[in-house]
Amino acid sequence: MPGKNSIVTKLVLVITLCSTLIFAVTLGYNYYRSRVVLENELEANARNLAMSLVYHVETELIGVAKVTEGVANSLESGQYTEKELLSLIRTTVEKNPDIYGSTVAFEPYAFSPSIRLFAPYFYRDKGKIAFSRLEDSYQYVPYLYWDWYQIPRELGKTEWSEPYFDEGAGNTVMSTCSVPFYGEKNGTRILKGIVTADVSLDSLTQMISSVKILKSGYAALLSRNGMLLAHPLKDAVMNETFFSIAEARNDASLRELGKKMVSGESGFILYNSLMGFRSWMYYAPVRSTGWTLAVVFPEAELLENVRCLSMTMAAMGFAGLLLLVATVVYVASAIIKPLRLLAAATDDIASGNFDVELPAVRSKDEVGVLTHDFQVMKTSLKEYIKNLTETTAAKERIQSELRMATEIQASLLPRLFPAFPDRPEFDIYASMDPAKEVGGDFYDFFFIDDTNLCFLIADVSDKGVPAALYMMVAKTLLKSEGQRLGEPDQILSCVNNILASDNDSTMFATVFCAILDTVTGVVRFANAGHNAPVIMDSQGIRYLTLKPGFVLGPMPGIVYKAERLTLKAGDTLFLYTDGVTEAQNMEQELYGEERLLNALKQAPKEDVTEMIHYIRSVVTLHTNGASQSDDITMLALKYRKEGT
Amino acid sequence: MLPLSTWAVSEPVLKKATLMPLWTPQAQFAGYYVALDKGIYARYGIDLKILNAGPGHDPVRALKDGSADFAILWLTTAIQQRSAGTDLVNLAQIIQRSSMMLISRKSSGIRTVSDMNGKKVGLWGGDLSIPPHALFIKYGIKVREVPQNATVNLFLRGGIDVTSAMWYNEYHTIINSGLDPEELNVFSMNELGMNFPEDGIYAMEKTLHNDPALAGAFVKASLDGWRYAFEHPEEALDIVIRRMREAKIPANRIHQKWMLDRMRDMIMPGTSLGAPGILKEKDYEAVCSSLLKAGLIRSCPYYDAFSRRSDAGEK
Repeated sequence: MPGKNSIVTKLVLVITLCSTLIFAVTLGYNYYRSRVVLENELEANARNLAMSLVYHVETELIGVAKVTEGVANSLESGQYTEKELLSLIRTTVEKNPDIYGSTVAFEPYAFSPSIRLFAPYFYRDKGKIAFSRLEDSYQYVPYLYWDWYQIPRELGKTEWSEPYFDEGAGNTVMSTCSVPFYGEKNGTRILKGIVTADVSLDSLTQMISSVKILKSGYAALLSRNGMLLAHPLKDAVMNETFFSIAEARNDASLRELGKKMVSGESGFILYNSLMGFRSWMYYAPVRSTGWTLAVVFPEAELLENVRCLSMTMAAMGFAGLLLLVATVVYVASAIIKPLRLLAAATDDIASGNFDVELPAVRSKDEVGVLTHDFQVMKTSLKEYIKNLTETTAAKERIQSELRMATEIQASLLPRLFPAFPDRPEFDIYASMDPAKEVGGDFYDFFFIDDTNLCFLIADVSDKGVPAALYMMVAKTLLKSEGQRLGEPDQILSCVNNILASDNDSTMFATVFCAILDTVTGVVRFANAGHNAPVIMDSQGIRYLTLKPGFVLGPMPGIVYKAERLTLKAGDTLFLYTDGVTEAQNMEQELYGEERLLNALKQAPKEDVTEMIHYIRSVVTLHTNGASQSDDITMLALKYRKEGT
Repeated sequence: MLPLSTWAVSEPVLKKATLMPLWTPQAQFAGYYVALDKGIYARYGIDLKILNAGPGHDPVRALKDGSADFAILWLTTAIQQRSAGTDLVNLAQIIQRSSMMLISRKSSGIRTVSDMNGKKVGLWGGDLSIPPHALFIKYGIKVREVPQNATVNLFLRGGIDVTSAMWYNEYHTIINSGLDPEELNVFSMNELGMNFPEDGIYAMEKTLHNDPALAGAFVKASLDGWRYAFEHPEEALDIVIRRMREAKIPANRIHQKWMLDRMRDMIMPGTSLGAPGILKEKDYEAVCSSLLKAGLIRSCPYYDAFSRRSDAGEK
C-alpha cells in the first residue's frame, strides 16, 4: 500500500482532484445551461398554456357579457310587456348554454308603478329551464342589496360579480354578469334596472382543474379579491384568498405576489406554491372579470430530466474517475516498482551491506540508468572500502610503531627529576614536547667525572622519524664523546666529524654543549649553530653573546671555539630550541625572543621546574590552539654552590 | 347556599334554554359555542340550544316571542328597545367597546370624518347604522348613504367611497382581499368618541324573574366559555369552524383567528376597563346620551332597571 508521501499517492491525488474539478465544472455548467434552456422553453409553454386557458374562459365570459348587454340594449330601446319580458329572458337562457340563469331586476316601481320590486329569473335546473321570482326568493335581503345589483348600479357599467354561492336563487357557485339599463324620464337618463346572466363556475373550474401539468402541476383561478376559485387545495376553494393563505403562512412575499396577480399583471416567476413546493408559475389576467389564471409547474418535476441526465453523467463521471484512479495507480505503480525495489536495495547498501543484489535492469528508462549507476557505485564503493580497510590497518601498524618510537625516544632523554638528588650544588630540569610522534630535539646531562656536569641541548633539522633517527645517533655520539673528551669544543668537533663522514642525507643538528664545574661554578661551553641561551644572574636576565659555530653534520673538519663563564650561587642558565621562540599563533605571529626574555623575567626563579612549566604555559597561551609546528625543548640549570 | 356549580353537578336534570346570537356562526360568538361544546353549560345545569342566526333571524323578535331565552344584542339596540318599551334586561356586557369603523381608501382623499361630507358611505341597515349616524350628527355632515350588504365588494370595486366595517371582521376581509393597511384610512368609532359597547347577553325581564338562577348560571357558563376559548384558541377555532361548516358558511381559519384575537382585545381588556361581563354605568350613560342627542331615543332607561347583573337574583 503506497504511503502518504508516496509518489503514487500524490499522483493519484493530484490527477483525481484535477479531473474531479474539471468534471464538476463541466457538469455544473451543463446543468445550468440545460436549466436555462428549459426555463426559457418553459416560460413559452406556460405562457401558451395560460393564454389558451384564458382565451377559453374569456370566450365564454365575453359571449355571456355580449348576450347580456344585448338584452339590456333591447330593453332600453323598446317597451316590453311582462309576457314579452319573460319570453326574452327564457329565450336568452335557452339559447345560451353558457348562461346558467338570467334575470331582469328592476329598480323599485320601475317596471310598473304598482309593483315595487320585479325580477323574474329563469335558470337551469336538472336539464330544464326553471323559473322563480327573485323578489320572493331572496327572503331576507332584497335583491336591491346584492352585489350583483348594487355594484353595476353604483358604477353604471357592466360588472362581473365576485363569485358567490347563490343560496335561494341559483343554489350554485356562480359569477353574475350584470348590465345596467336605463330609461328616460323628463329628458334625463335614469336607471331602470339590471340585466344579469349567471355563469356557473362549475364547468369553468372543472375545465381548469382538469388541466394536468407534469405529475403535480396544476392550473388555478383566482377571483379579483384573490379568492381561490379553482385550485387543488379543495378546502380552500371559495373559503380562502391568496392573502389569507399568505397571512396564515406568514409569508409577505406571497402577499406581494397576490397583489401583483389581482392587479391585472402577468408574469413568470419561481415561488413556493400554495401546495408547498418550489414551482414556476405563469399568471395572466382574465380581463373581462378581473380574475387571474395561473399555471404552476413544480420545479423538481420540471428539472427531473435534467437532474436525471446530470445524475447519469455524474455516475458515469464517477465511474470514469474510479477507472482513471485505478489506471493511474497501476501505471504509477509499474513505474515506481523498480524504484521501490532499488530504494529497498539501497537501504541495505546504506547500512553497509554491499553484497546485496540490485534489481535486474529490464528497461533503458531513467530507472534502468539509475539502477546501473547504483550497480557501478556499489562496486566502486566496495573496492574503495576494501582499500581503505587495508590502508587503515597499515596505518594503524605504523601508528603503533610510532607510539613505540615515541616511548623509546622519550626514554632516551633523562626524565627523572630531580636528576641528581645527592648533588645540592645545582638544580637542573628539562622538558621536550615533540611536534609529531617523534621529534628531532633533544637534551642531555651527565657527569664526566665527579665535578664536571656536561649538559646540552640540540635541534636536528627536519622533523619526524628521520630527525628522530638522526637525533639518536647525535645524542649517543654526544654522550659517548662527551664522557671520553670532557671539553665542549672537542666534543662538538669530534661528533661533527663522525656525523659528516657518512652523512648522505645532508641532515644536521644545532647543539649547545656546556660543562659545569660544580665546585667553581665555571661553565665551559661551545655552540654549534644553536640559539643563544639566557643567563639570569645578578646583572639581570639576558641572552648570552656567543661566538658563531657551524652546525653539526654537513661538513667535516669544523673547529669549534670553547668559551667560558662563571656562575655565582643563584645564577641560572636557560637553554631552549627555536620551537619556543618560533611558536606561532593562528595569526602566524612568532613568540619571539623578546617575549621569551620578558616571560623569564616574570617566571618563578627559585625552582627551575616551575620556571620551565611557566614558560611552557606562556608559550601555549601564545599559540592559543594553533597546532605545534616544531618540537619545544627547554633546559634550565641553577647553580647553588653548596657542598665542598 | 352551596355554590351553583356544586348544586348543578348534584342535579341530574338539566334546564332547557335557548340562545340566539347576533349573526351566523363565527368567532364573534366563540365563547358560547365553546361553552356548549366543552359541556360548560351542562356543568352549570343548562341544556342549551344555540339557535340559527343571521339574515332573517332577529334576536329581538326571538326574545319577544319567547323563541329564545337569551340573545346577543348590541347595547344601542337594547337601549333603543328598552326605551321603546321592550322589557329586556342586560345580563352581561361581553364586548366592552365599539369595534365598528369606517374605512376609506387613502387614494380617495378622505382623511377626516368631515371629508365624508357628500360622499357615498356604505351603511348597514338597522341598529348597526346607529353609531355612524351618531357620528355624522356629531360632525354635522351629510353623506350619501348606500345600503351595505354582508360583503365589502361594493367598496372594493369602488362603488362607495367609505364602507362600514367591524374591526374583527370586514377590516380583515379587506386586508385579505389584497388591500394593505397602509392603503386605508380607518375611522374607529371607539377613537372618535362613539364608544358604544357592543355584544351583550340579554333576556326578557320575565325570563330573569322566573328563573334568576338559570340566568346567572348562563352568564357564568358563557364567561367561562370565553375564558376557555382564549386559553385554547386553536381548539376554539376548531369548534367555530365546525359550526360554520355545519351552517354551510365559507370558513377561513386565519380570518376566524383574527376575529378571536380581536374578541380577546375587546372582552378581556386591561383592568382599567373593569372585569369582563360588567356593563359600567359610565359607558351606559355615554351611549344613552349619544342616542338622545342623535334623536334615536326619547328618554334614557334607568341603568338599574336595564342592567340586571346575572347575580341580581342572588342579591
